[in-house]
Amino acid sequence: MATLEIKNLHVTVETDQGTKEILKGVDLTIKSGEIHAVMGPNGSGKSTLAYSIAGHPKYTVTEGEILLDGEDVLEMSVDERARAGLFLAMQYPVEIPGVSVSNFLRTAKTAITGEAPALRTWIKDVREAMDGLKIDSTFSERNVNEGFSGGEKKRHEILQLELLKPRFAILDETDSGLDVDALKIVSEGVNRAHQANDLGILMITHYTRILKYIKPNFVHVFVDGKVAEQGGAELADQLEAEGYDRYVKA
Amino acid sequence: MSDSQSTAQHGLAEHTHGSFVPLQIRSDRPSSKSVSDFEAVSPLQDLWRYLQPEQLNGLDSDVLGEYASEVSFSSTDDVEISWIESTDARVGSIGVPEDRVAAAAYTNASKTLLVEVAENAEVAQPVVVKISANHSTPSALHVFVVAKKFSKATLIVEHSGLGNLAEIIEIDVQDEAKLNIVSVQNWDNGSAHVSAHFSKLARNSYLKHSIASFGGDLVRITPVTTFTGPGAEVEMNGVYFASAGQHLENRPFVDHAAPNCKSRVTYKGALQGNKAHTVWIGDVLIRVVAEGTDTYELNRNLLLTDGARADSVPNLEIETGEIEGAGHASASGRFDDEQLFYLQARGMTVDDARRLVVLGFLVDILQRTGVEDLVESLTKVVEEKLGSY
Repeated sequence: MATLEIKNLHVTVETDQGTKEILKGVDLTIKSGEIHAVMGPNGSGKSTLAYSIAGHPKYTVTEGEILLDGEDVLEMSVDERARAGLFLAMQYPVEIPGVSVSNFLRTAKTAITGEAPALRTWIKDVREAMDGLKIDSTFSERNVNEGFSGGEKKRHEILQLELLKPRFAILDETDSGLDVDALKIVSEGVNRAHQANDLGILMITHYTRILKYIKPNFVHVFVDGKVAEQGGAELADQLEAEGYDRYVKA
Repeated sequence: MSDSQSTAQHGLAEHTHGSFVPLQIRSDRPSSKSVSDFEAVSPLQDLWRYLQPEQLNGLDSDVLGEYASEVSFSSTDDVEISWIESTDARVGSIGVPEDRVAAAAYTNASKTLLVEVAENAEVAQPVVVKISANHSTPSALHVFVVAKKFSKATLIVEHSGLGNLAEIIEIDVQDEAKLNIVSVQNWDNGSAHVSAHFSKLARNSYLKHSIASFGGDLVRITPVTTFTGPGAEVEMNGVYFASAGQHLENRPFVDHAAPNCKSRVTYKGALQGNKAHTVWIGDVLIRVVAEGTDTYELNRNLLLTDGARADSVPNLEIETGEIEGAGHASASGRFDDEQLFYLQARGMTVDDARRLVVLGFLVDILQRTGVEDLVESLTKVVEEKLGSY
């Protein structure tokens, strides 16, 4: 059982207009096996939360803590966070020209576990994970994210989630830009990773439709840089019916 | 119609061009087989503006030695390789020197290495010519490659050791022939190599021309490709990696002098260390007769450290509007922070992430040669160079 704690997190970003505070005191605790949905209107700071946990250099933490089983995550570099068991499924993953998916996956796996995976089992694991996500086998030889469709990029992120087996995953709008079929396939991948590894999940989303396929234990409504309300799955139904207006106007 | 664009993909900064004005249009450049027709090399001349004459290690002299035992090769049934007199009528039929060093090579090479791919031959195994020296006498070498009608072959020209070499490689690609030629420059420190490549592509022929420059204090290659018949296609690729103090220069030129031909020019380079300098001048000329031309040239440079400098200038001259497409892109810049973040977020240290990005960037071009052994051995060369970074 592991715990990811976010306490009173304040984060700023540099803009043309100067320093801007995006997160204004976020409190959130996720335990192994729990699924938390963070929902909120555009510009509420959802993606900032995701990138701050992963350690993107663009964001500065000015106050608060992130603890992974009591260890200070904010003291860790981006790669140390990944090796400690944190995973961010990106909303807009970048292209890496000349680096094939198979080389990338193997290098990442080696970096995370500290040793190269045994070749035979690894090839089998990759093939099974790709089959599960209905990814064509030729995909391995393509360069990372180069010429991928939106759906392929998201499947590739979830492929990494299944293969790298982190303790906690932050899914940054993994549902955006997917048609219903792709959404189902991607959701099944997330659910597999959840069950197989007792994964704790922080699922950031603008819409409620992914919650049909991935059932959250907790829903947090994010408004203006902090959690405005939290509850169980029923809160999502309420949002579905009423939208965010109530929070934005308040 | 022309669509010229400058992109800034992969986070590389867009280049600015505008201050550079060619002294004359590319097609007007004077040429001669005699070294005495050219003035002494000076940085004031457009052709030599990026380097100092001393860097040529004497290759611009009137009199040069001549490579012979430095060159090793073996003929096969379909590819005959032999030395011929440079007075042979074929020599000089593909290209005439356009600068002093190439003219010095022409004047001083009394023999020419002839590589002949037989008509209709389909040669599966790459043919290798090895040029390996161990002395610094400024010397000349002339190579003439002919891919006869309907032939198909791969030729690798490898340069290594310590040498100062002024070189001409003429490449005659006859009707319907397909030639894949790779020139590798992997010289020791202290070496200077200036090489003029001239290719002529006849009707419906195909040439893949690649250069890979990694070792040598100065390596300057000027590959000129001229279409002489319709329907031909050239793919010109280049990869280079300059470490501290190295000057690696490439000036590809595609002369669209026949209709319905296609050219793709793709050069990528990395630079690391103080006074690592790369120069890329990419010229494309589309003549009045060259209707239906389709051309695109691209240069990207990745600066890994401070103190390195990449010059990159694409030039496009278009004399007819009746073309399929013409464009260019050039960008030089540092690492893309988003690429590094992505890889680090997958557990790789920043050093490993950089290494993977650089390798990927350069190996992409190596892979285009389609010669697996070469991709493997040159990837190791790149890895070794990166190791010192």
